[in-house]
Amino acid sequence: MEEVKLFGHPASPFSCRVEIALKLKGVHYDFIAEDPSNKSPQLLQYNPVHKKIPVLLHNGKPIAESLVILEYIDEVWKTNPILPQNPHEKAKARFWANYVEEKCLPALFKTFWSVGEQYDKDKAEAGEVLKFLEDELQGKKFFGGDSIGLVDIVANFMAFWFRTIQEALGLDVLTKDNFPKLWEWAENYVNCSDINQFLPPKDKLIAIFPPPYMGQHLVAFFQSRLAAAAAAK
Amino acid sequence: MDNEVKLHGFWPSPFVYRVIWALKLKGIEYDYIEEDLANKSELLLRYNPVYKKVPVLVHAGKPISESLVILEYIEEVWPHSPLLPKDPYERSVARFWINFATDKGRSAVRSLFWGGGDGKKEAAEQMFDFLKIIEEQALGDKKFFGGNSINMVDLIFAWFACWIQPMEQLVGIKVLEPSRLPSLHAWVKNFKEEPIIKENLPDPERLLAYYTRLTSNLVSKPT
Repeated sequence: MEEVKLFGHPASPFSCRVEIALKLKGVHYDFIAEDPSNKSPQLLQYNPVHKKIPVLLHNGKPIAESLVILEYIDEVWKTNPILPQNPHEKAKARFWANYVEEKCLPALFKTFWSVGEQYDKDKAEAGEVLKFLEDELQGKKFFGGDSIGLVDIVANFMAFWFRTIQEALGLDVLTKDNFPKLWEWAENYVNCSDINQFLPPKDKLIAIFPPPYMGQHLVAFFQSRLAAAAAAK
Repeated sequence: MDNEVKLHGFWPSPFVYRVIWALKLKGIEYDYIEEDLANKSELLLRYNPVYKKVPVLVHAGKPISESLVILEYIEEVWPHSPLLPKDPYERSVARFWINFATDKGRSAVRSLFWGGGDGKKEAAEQMFDFLKIIEEQALGDKKFFGGNSINMVDLIFAWFACWIQPMEQLVGIKVLEPSRLPSLHAWVKNFKEEPIIKENLPDPERLLAYYTRLTSNLVSKPT
């Protein structure tokens, strides 16, 4: 009897990645929602180094870090592989997953915190980063081809979290006009039934952003930007 | 197309060395192309248009970039003399530590060696805290991170075996002290004495000269 538990958060993109993968493979699991301001003793025991979600618990053994968890899930449950079988294609998928995580995530989220000239600069930089992904999507519905793969799962924050906050702030970093393929990919992605059941309601997402560990000054800044954007509409 | 293996590298790079060690530990023949990073070859720019960096492995004409991606590829294509455990859970533990070294290690190195003069003591303590976690939780009482033999985790942490000394000399702060980090200190010695590693290490004098030049360039940059 296999026991699979996921310590996560319903509004976290990192936790969501794991849920998508488990769903794609038809793995049954218990979801334990963690409160970041009041972490359970179990979470602290299972991830003493980072003390963060997501943590997957499989037959009592914990795995932390979403990308490490995704590789583990693909190795243990062989249905609907999320990585290609061919080693070179697999390497390409890992390369892009790494690119999305290391380059895209910081570049995109940086644009939430700048205004005026600095925003223009950050927007341009984010654009340079996104260009490579736009090219990579040519002739494909998803980064994984016809179906969702590792890169799509890792890029979940781009398709939903980033675009939701971008819209609330009235920003224009990733738009249908400037990145048509990426926009189309994002629309297909969030409408996928294997995905959208794990996406939090937009207002809930905005209500808990930014996470407290980013600092109270950013929370206050974000609130003021939201208010300004709402007034401008 | 034959199964030729080529590696584009740059001699001071620990990321390039990871790949060299993996190839040699598995006895894979390859051609090495030294890149001048101030004057990158057309091939490199074509093979790695996203980052324009080394290492790049080219196998049967197809390029792979990013050292961790390259190592996983090598492990997959040439599974003999394994560098990762066979058991999926043990593999996930290895990957966790590789991820930790890459993520937290990089920021600790950055603040200590490339950061400004003021926060040096704090940065040194941050580096020590990082290394303490590695020593206690990743290494434990094992000879190597891989147990009795070297594995991918050792190759990733090798930065601390060979590159930390020139940096310590430049900054004037000893981080990897035997009294404070005894197991890690022993690991450094054991790692450097492993047969294939021993024959493939960067020259410490040359490394020190290289980093001295690099940091003096940074200092003389206009603010």
